[in-house]
Amino acid sequence: MSEQQFNGAEVVLKALVDQGVEVIFGYPGGAVLPLYDEIFKQNHIRHILVRHEQAALHAAEGYARSTGKVGVVLVTSGPGATNAVTGLLDALCDSVPLVCLTGQVPTHLIGNDAFQEADTTGITRPCTKHNYLVKDSGKLADVIHEAFYVASNGRPGPVVIDLPKDILVSKAPYNPPNRLGHKTYRPQTKAEPRAIEAMAELIASAKKPLFYIGGGVVNSGPKACADLTAFIRALGAPCTQTLMGLGAFPGSDRQSIGMVGMHGTFEANWSMHQCDVMICVGARFDDRVTGRINAFAPNSKKIHVDIDPSSINKNVAVDVAVVGDIGSVMEDLAALWKARGYKLDQGALSGWWKQIETWRAKDCLRYDQASSVIKPQHAIKRLYELTKHRETYITTEVGQHQMWAAQFYKFEQPNRWMTSGGLGTMGYGLPAAMGVQIAHPDALVIDIAGEASIQMNIQELSTLSQYRLPVKLFILNNQYMGMVRQWQELLHGSRYSESYSDSLPDFVKLADAYNAVGFVIEKADDLDSTIQAMIDCPKAVIVDCRVDSKENCFPMIPSGAAHNEMLLGPGEKAVGPVSEDGMVLV
Amino acid sequence: MSMDKSDIRSHTISVLVDNEAGVLARVIGLFSGRGYNIESLTVAEVDPRTKLSRITVVTSGTPMVIEQIKAQLSRLVPVHKVRDLTLDGPSVARELALVKVAGTGERRVEALRIADIFRARAVDSTNESFVFEIVGATDKLDAFIQLMEPLGLTDVSRTGVVAIARGPHPL
Repeated sequence: MSEQQFNGAEVVLKALVDQGVEVIFGYPGGAVLPLYDEIFKQNHIRHILVRHEQAALHAAEGYARSTGKVGVVLVTSGPGATNAVTGLLDALCDSVPLVCLTGQVPTHLIGNDAFQEADTTGITRPCTKHNYLVKDSGKLADVIHEAFYVASNGRPGPVVIDLPKDILVSKAPYNPPNRLGHKTYRPQTKAEPRAIEAMAELIASAKKPLFYIGGGVVNSGPKACADLTAFIRALGAPCTQTLMGLGAFPGSDRQSIGMVGMHGTFEANWSMHQCDVMICVGARFDDRVTGRINAFAPNSKKIHVDIDPSSINKNVAVDVAVVGDIGSVMEDLAALWKARGYKLDQGALSGWWKQIETWRAKDCLRYDQASSVIKPQHAIKRLYELTKHRETYITTEVGQHQMWAAQFYKFEQPNRWMTSGGLGTMGYGLPAAMGVQIAHPDALVIDIAGEASIQMNIQELSTLSQYRLPVKLFILNNQYMGMVRQWQELLHGSRYSESYSDSLPDFVKLADAYNAVGFVIEKADDLDSTIQAMIDCPKAVIVDCRVDSKENCFPMIPSGAAHNEMLLGPGEKAVGPVSEDGMVLV
Repeated sequence: MSMDKSDIRSHTISVLVDNEAGVLARVIGLFSGRGYNIESLTVAEVDPRTKLSRITVVTSGTPMVIEQIKAQLSRLVPVHKVRDLTLDGPSVARELALVKVAGTGERRVEALRIADIFRARAVDSTNESFVFEIVGATDKLDAFIQLMEPLGLTDVSRTGVVAIARGPHPL
């Protein structure tokens, strides 16, 4: 222990600096005033003031996911902490590394129902990877270093450090980060050689292989993505990505057969149903992906590569489990593949591709842009065409527009696509875009939004203004909570209960009020020119893109159905009515 | 995956954890949050020097669920070790119960007689009651309590199961 003593808040700032933190997203309050005082006195770390604590979390998520660094958040006690909960769970579901510092009433008042007291560690326990309540200032520095280690190692996730106010003002020693590792939390990064061997043998035996890759590949880093891509390309096998995995394999590559799952492509879902060897890398057999579980890929052997052993055999029993970091696994696999001279059966593979091409020929993402009424798919397609050659980052809110963005915007690189996958948090996209723009000041950052979702964190327009963040909000305005409306149409007799977006603001005036620029697009012919104006504008922009209000998101696997029962479009009827089991599914 | 009810089996799992605030809440929250079953749970510090506590949890589920429970427990940060005593070789399991029986006359004599057969010890006595201490496997305690029912059983307190692997090796 070092001799020199600091006050607790100084220790926190020193630890953050030593952890390489450059930005904190936060909102002050009584319990964290000592920390804000230290922030005031230093120049190493930039603080971004949000307008609601939830936005601080999503901004930190956007920052983390577009850089691979840990996102850092600072909020006050009580309501500050409870407002952070949604963002914490969002980060847990999507494995985003965050450290969230929460203020707390002084230790002697804990449990007294003090002003702005909340049982933050109790409330956030199931919403975080781990959390701490610091009651001993002697341990403060070590806890912060450990929190960064836990957040970023293994399967990443959010970590909360609850800091009572007396700890922030009392004297404490400072210890620099200890690189020796953690006494208990040591995730396995290098896979067992036997597992790699079993994996290679099973892949080599495949006649109809399919790579099913997810957000874990992105989390493993750009090199892991490149190594996996190189391996898949050398094999010539098809590759489908989950919502979180978009960009881990180049979206425009011929071997990419698009997204899998409820609104994935016809070819991806049919391939999943018909493949004989499925290689799941960094994905988790989520219910959006598997459809009806007892009809999921019935004739396949499955390999699952994941750094989190609890992801393996959770929803789907697999034949080969490979626990390790994907980067390390891909290095080992590629080396073994080469050393053993494995090859896929080329005849079988070309037959498999022939089959996949017949599914691809269905052109499942087709839409009919016949009149001047803008089809939302067309709007995103034009947005993609006009921005794909730039350094563009896309965030989304949640709903139909999110699925259309996933279907029509192709990502060639990882870390360019930020969306709320596991939790499905409306209001994610605008603050996430703020975080991305902070990390990449010169990039084009677009939040593809819906008119309903965008209102859930619309207050952040003020943050965009304060920090002159030129984020572009591209709102597909169909005047409905579109996904809710779609389900009501398909499952509840078109009774559109409370899903109409009434009393919408004038988005152009709203933009003006927040020192941004607003555009309206009402005709398909105006799409390109307005999108270009948006790109060229040096300020934040809101585009109110009025789209066909009745368009539904297809293709679709109805609730409780299997991959081969996918609906291609509104003309197609489900094999049967949605079952009672299906009705209860979300 | 198998959802066959006949695959459901009881497992005794030992978990070595840091004895720190909130660790039990983490374990219990994991079980309740994920819908796992807790049949019995015991916890106490076992090494004051290293501040380690041992949790013994008896749970039931299909092999896939049990595997999942162990994986979920293992990834909790303060968890040092997770062992499935039911799968990892032979083990011994014990439980202690304090059983209060109130009655007079022949019922009182009969209660004492049965206690003797079960090697239960009277640890408290009044003219109209006994408190018996009984140690053994869960089914032995169940049987004893059942026999005490008609003899004036008024109160039971049980520790839950503690278990340890047989042989010389530590957890």
